[in-house]
Amino acid sequence: MTDSTPKTKYELVCGMEVHAELKTKSKMFCGCKNDPFGAEKPNIYTCPTCLGMPGGLPVANKTAIEWTIKLGLALGCKINLFSKFDRKNYFYPDLPKAYQISQYDIPFCYEGVVETSEGPVRITRIHLEEDTGKLQHKTVDGKKVSLIDYNRSSVPLIEIVTEPDIKSAKQAKEYGKALRQVMRYLDIADCDMEQGGMRLEANISIRPEGQEELPDYKVEVKNINSFRFVEQAIAYEMERHDELLEAGETPAQETRGWNPNKSETFSQRTKEDTEDYRYFPDPDLPPIRFTQKRIDELAAEIPELPKAKAARWEKEFGIESKYAEQLTAERPYAEWLETVFAIAEKPNAVANAIVNKKVTVSEGEDPTAVAKKVADLSKTDDVDTSELVAAITKIKEANADAVEKYQNGDTKVVGFFIGQVMRVLGKKVDPNVLRTTLMKELKK
Amino acid sequence: MLETKTLKEVLDLLESGEITLAEVHKDLHTAISEKNDSLNVYLTVNNAEASPSTAALKGIPIAVKDNYCTKGIRTTASSTVLDTFIPQYDSTVIAKLKAAGGSVLGKTNLDAWAHGSSTETSQYGRTLNPRNPEHLPGGSSGGSAAAVAADMAIAALGTETAGSIRQPAAWCGIVGLKPTYGRCSRYGVVPMASSTDSPGPMTKTVEDAAILLTHIAGHDKYDGTTGDQPVPDFTKAIDKPIKGMKIGYVYHDIEGLEDGNKILAEQLKTFEKLGATVEKVDALDPHYAISVYTVVQRGEVSSNLGRFDGIRYGNDRSHFGDEAKRRIMLGTYTLSKGYADQYYNTAQKVRSLYIKDYEELFKKFDVLVSLTSPGYAKKVGATDGAAMFGELEDMLLEPSSLSGLPGINVPCYRDEETNLFLGMNIVAPMWQEEKMIQVADAFEKATPWNTWRNRK
Amino acid sequence: MSTITPQQVKHIANLANIPVTEGEVTDLADAFEETLDVVANLQSVDTSKVEPTHQVTGLENVLREDVVDEAHMFTQAEALANAKETHEGFIVVPIIIDQE
Repeated sequence: MTDSTPKTKYELVCGMEVHAELKTKSKMFCGCKNDPFGAEKPNIYTCPTCLGMPGGLPVANKTAIEWTIKLGLALGCKINLFSKFDRKNYFYPDLPKAYQISQYDIPFCYEGVVETSEGPVRITRIHLEEDTGKLQHKTVDGKKVSLIDYNRSSVPLIEIVTEPDIKSAKQAKEYGKALRQVMRYLDIADCDMEQGGMRLEANISIRPEGQEELPDYKVEVKNINSFRFVEQAIAYEMERHDELLEAGETPAQETRGWNPNKSETFSQRTKEDTEDYRYFPDPDLPPIRFTQKRIDELAAEIPELPKAKAARWEKEFGIESKYAEQLTAERPYAEWLETVFAIAEKPNAVANAIVNKKVTVSEGEDPTAVAKKVADLSKTDDVDTSELVAAITKIKEANADAVEKYQNGDTKVVGFFIGQVMRVLGKKVDPNVLRTTLMKELKK
Repeated sequence: MLETKTLKEVLDLLESGEITLAEVHKDLHTAISEKNDSLNVYLTVNNAEASPSTAALKGIPIAVKDNYCTKGIRTTASSTVLDTFIPQYDSTVIAKLKAAGGSVLGKTNLDAWAHGSSTETSQYGRTLNPRNPEHLPGGSSGGSAAAVAADMAIAALGTETAGSIRQPAAWCGIVGLKPTYGRCSRYGVVPMASSTDSPGPMTKTVEDAAILLTHIAGHDKYDGTTGDQPVPDFTKAIDKPIKGMKIGYVYHDIEGLEDGNKILAEQLKTFEKLGATVEKVDALDPHYAISVYTVVQRGEVSSNLGRFDGIRYGNDRSHFGDEAKRRIMLGTYTLSKGYADQYYNTAQKVRSLYIKDYEELFKKFDVLVSLTSPGYAKKVGATDGAAMFGELEDMLLEPSSLSGLPGINVPCYRDEETNLFLGMNIVAPMWQEEKMIQVADAFEKATPWNTWRNRK
Repeated sequence: MSTITPQQVKHIANLANIPVTEGEVTDLADAFEETLDVVANLQSVDTSKVEPTHQVTGLENVLREDVVDEAHMFTQAEALANAKETHEGFIVVPIIIDQE
């Protein structure tokens, strides 16, 4: 590469779409069990509705709707009091009805925000839809086939869409983690990334630094199942776009996948026809209307979220924020820990000891026991003054030169004497008592 | 000869012990084996002996349109796409029928996917009109209408999206009752247009329809569009005087309907004799309803029929017949980008105008009457090359269907030369089926047109 | 008069996942035109002050409690009863994507 002209510096313009499966007991539009990962066999949690059999009809799960609204409220979203479900029509073997029940123009939630260390990421909308069945590709009897399991078909799925506010690959990762943390705090989704319970999609483009308008292209990288991969995929794409733009080309507007083995994205087969989902209001599902009172009730049910909890801990228990941030990560753990703080004499010492792994504790352990373990770290033995004085006298005799040094004003030797006293006594002495007694004796 | 009895008569005979269910079963199956080859009414006959029941319907087997899913009994919707489909579940209406002591006699022919008004789009061949086999039975519930008209069933179930119960009932000279949308569950019925599909009874008399409706109606937790209104005993509306009732006569001056309306106007005098008032009134032009219905129904059809992909059941999409292909594709077109507003959204707005129009009309009238179909049953082959055949035949029924209103067809004239019938359509406000049952029953009993009430 | 081109018919057939032959394309285009001509009268209705009606019942908030409905669920055998091909409890279709 010749370096005669200064290279254009580019910045990332990225929005994300995150899908997460809600952990309701039953599916979104039928009463089948919602446990696709726990199912022992394929196709055991189905009925005419989620199998798309003739005459199967959807009835929406109230809890799934309320949880979606709670998530919206937790992310500062506005709520559409009137909403509805629409059909998104397309053909794919994992979509039994050939339409996905989703929300088109009136999502439950809109205009929220997730704060990150690199600035706010605005939430455009949160809507509720249903998941598809699961496809596996295999060779059976020498024939390449796809196998379908509909246990996951019609499991409630929320989609969270952001504005293109993400400025770095790292921020994308942070955003995803923050989102997962909130969903776990609300106890509405497990967000098991390995299993596909939470799936990330990044809409990536870059523009020269300082440019105001959005780039004229966008690459979607779909179905990423880890935060590390989303960070890597964005970094990979940024570099790829940079090279293309430098060569005078515009990256193709397309959907790409992430290959974790090769650590690179790859172009996915694009449909010949542009997507046309022919959305229309689902005639099988009456619309939904909430009262502000009900929304307020739901808001009241939202638990304290990590950031607020950390701030309160600092105020109430004097927990330093560097500890609080780590210790509030998971809600059940944080709630248990708080019961320890409540009875501990020095809560911040507990936080310090746990974060720095000075003690081993496990969630649910008796708070008193934990407090004791931490207190034990700084516990001293009872030492009789005469015993102490006797030990000092003995040491003074053996180290006359050091005593002389001290009496001549060299206070550095105090440390030496402290060490000696501890060794001789073989006990943990209260440092204050030791120091005062020692100085008094040395002056003699 | 028990197959020629009405549902009420058979119930009474079973109650008094004069006959047994086995005799009913035998007579029905004899009639079916004698006539089915020529009329092509049933696609599947359930030969299992019906077991006597202490419940209201006493085990009586009922003919069921082949778009109701019936557990263990093949269900095709008259399309070879579903040639091998054996549902593992009952539709709610069938479950209710069974719970009330009814059983499934067999599955009747229809226009494939209920697309049509003739049974000529059935991929298993057309049904012939038992009243005059050179003619069509109408549709889409043509098989159920013919089963009743030919005494190959005591009573039948049909479904209507816009005319599919009432129009074949009119053409076959029987009673067809389309309930309020949401009165009977759609769960387990092969969907056509979800926002108007309505299962309902097709019977020999108005009273029979009232009996059957009482047992199949009601809220269903598996169909979110069913209402939770209480289900009355609809037979209470039978033999109730109509004195003082206000009847509005609509579509009395539609071009091309002069002959039919002349006959109907004459028949409406019966109501006046019975003490009701009949007044001609203008309703919103039904020609727009053809357009609304065509756009809405085809849009919903294109989506509803997407599931038939041959993966979980049935055959693949190459098995769709021409009519289904036309409807699916037209619906796809009118919902697609750039056209949805021009067609689908506009149609749903015009639909609102019909609802508003009815609201106004029902401020003045208890029920509204009109011809059911523009004329008599058409000849076999009439649908060839006519893409809009059904919609034109069902024009007078589409406004009420789109508005979700209940309606009932009663025979109101028989042409002696052809033995073909004209039907009168009586429409009531939402959830007020009793009113139209009351008026229809009074008319039926005061006129000579019901074949079973006026046996020679 | 609406004019529907064979290209449009093919595009729609593709969206609708309906296999059509060349011969059918012409017939379908004709049928489209006949139908679109009939429904053209919609444009002459003044709908400027009207809200659309998607459902006639006026029902709202028809929701299910989050309860598993065991009795309504299929057994695996029932779920697979009508499938053409199955393998170890899965439904089998020809390969969808040849994964890398």
